[in-house]
Amino acid sequence: MNYSEKVMDHFTNPRNVGEIPDADGIGEVGNAKCGDIMKMYLKIDGTTITDVKFKTFGCGAAVATSSMATEMIKGKSIEEALQLTNKAVMEALDGLPPVKVHCSVLAEQAIKAALSDYYRRQGIDPEPIVGTVPDCEDCHE
Amino acid sequence: MEHRYIYADNAATTPVSDAVLEAMLPYFQTNYGNPSSIYAKGRENERAVMDARARVAACLGAQPGEIFFTGGGSESDNWAIKCTADRLAAQGKKHIITSVFEHHAVLHTCEYLEKHGFEVTYLPVGDKGLIDPADVEAAIREDTALVTIMYANNEIGTIQPVPEIGEICHAHKVLFHTDAVQAVGNVEIDVKAQHIDMLSLSGHKLHAPKGVGALYVRKGISLPNLIHGGGQEMGRRAGTENVPGIIGLAKAMEIATTGIPEKIARLTPLRDRLIDGILQIDQTRLNGDREHRLCGNVNVSIVGVEGESLLLMLDHFGIAASSGSACTSGSLDPSHVLLSLGLIHEVAHGSLRLSLGNDFTEDDAAYMLSVIPQVVERLRAMSPMWETICKEGRRLV
Repeated sequence: MNYSEKVMDHFTNPRNVGEIPDADGIGEVGNAKCGDIMKMYLKIDGTTITDVKFKTFGCGAAVATSSMATEMIKGKSIEEALQLTNKAVMEALDGLPPVKVHCSVLAEQAIKAALSDYYRRQGIDPEPIVGTVPDCEDCHE
Repeated sequence: MEHRYIYADNAATTPVSDAVLEAMLPYFQTNYGNPSSIYAKGRENERAVMDARARVAACLGAQPGEIFFTGGGSESDNWAIKCTADRLAAQGKKHIITSVFEHHAVLHTCEYLEKHGFEVTYLPVGDKGLIDPADVEAAIREDTALVTIMYANNEIGTIQPVPEIGEICHAHKVLFHTDAVQAVGNVEIDVKAQHIDMLSLSGHKLHAPKGVGALYVRKGISLPNLIHGGGQEMGRRAGTENVPGIIGLAKAMEIATTGIPEKIARLTPLRDRLIDGILQIDQTRLNGDREHRLCGNVNVSIVGVEGESLLLMLDHFGIAASSGSACTSGSLDPSHVLLSLGLIHEVAHGSLRLSLGNDFTEDDAAYMLSVIPQVVERLRAMSPMWETICKEGRRLV
């Protein structure tokens, strides 16, 4: 697997690994059967994502995309986080092998899932804002 | 901690040994003649290839005329299976028996034949990864053309009861082929005593270069050509001989098949030390039978970690290994071999194969056993799957 130096850097030294005990939003995507699970924790103050942590079970690319995605939304507004695409995460990592593109999609979805959870906790229907986060099972069955 | 480099992926490929390289070198620039040519340089190489054929044959208990050099293990498998199928289909025999955990060179060839009107029985291998000879016997039919069962599995290293299977096939007058790519040099092979009709082997698994292999075909078996063209390999496999490769293969075979008991005696305790050490880690399991197992093969599943990250992390510590996870297989599914043992996907994703080389030492084992637990701990600490398993108090193995 030909990973860029940035992917290897984020894999061997992942940023923002861990949990936030009093998180305002938690999102988990993927499943163990496919071999990828990403769990994203957000701390939100007003409209700003003040802290973000992740846990990932998966390949090198899954860890690296989680790590990079957290870096890209930390300190940003919710609106900015919602605009983060898997493509932007991939570009920030200097690209991914074609078979690993789905890992970056998972990272984008993990953020969206965490934001959906945040809105739900606020009593707000997340769908008009975040959209639907597809279930990973779809890609497998 | 001291940093080492340990190549523990010898089931994938091996380095060309000094002795093999030395034997090959003259055949690149000095003895470069085409063995089919009439002048001295050609005749010398014809003799060199003949001599290599006799030496390879001797390593297997075969006759020189029964050894055909090929481009490697996959070609040998394809040739033995497709061309036997072709020939016997004409006699109305369109049934093949194999196992579910063969190498893809065999499995995909069988699937290809299924698309061309053949029926294939895929025997189960049980939770230990061993084929029951009684299952082979029960599967044999009037129209069975071929039984093809691997000698030793490439992922989990289990050694199959080949002599018993061969005996059954011969009692029922059915041809028996074995893919012995992983077995040669690890198991004593005598094609006659073990009732083997055809046997595939590959050079690069035993310190010869990549791109050369051989197929043993018992005298009297008519096997049509896979590659048509010139009259090389006694008219059975066309293409100018890979002379340096063939010379290298012969040398490597001689070295690999000498001192097998000593190799087993030296590597088995090291292998077992690794297995026992890794099994100390919570929620781990050994994949494949422990007793009927190649002396250099360790294959374990480590719950809660994913194989590719494990390999990348081990590589970071200088350990080159392999896994049967989906991520490393390039598909969504983990290894068919691990699934054939009845492992669930979640457990198969966390597999690790260590295949030890001849030069593997006690110190290497100690280093691995210091690295692997900390790498596992680090990956589990960031694994939401492990978190869930621990929270729910579940045990997957």
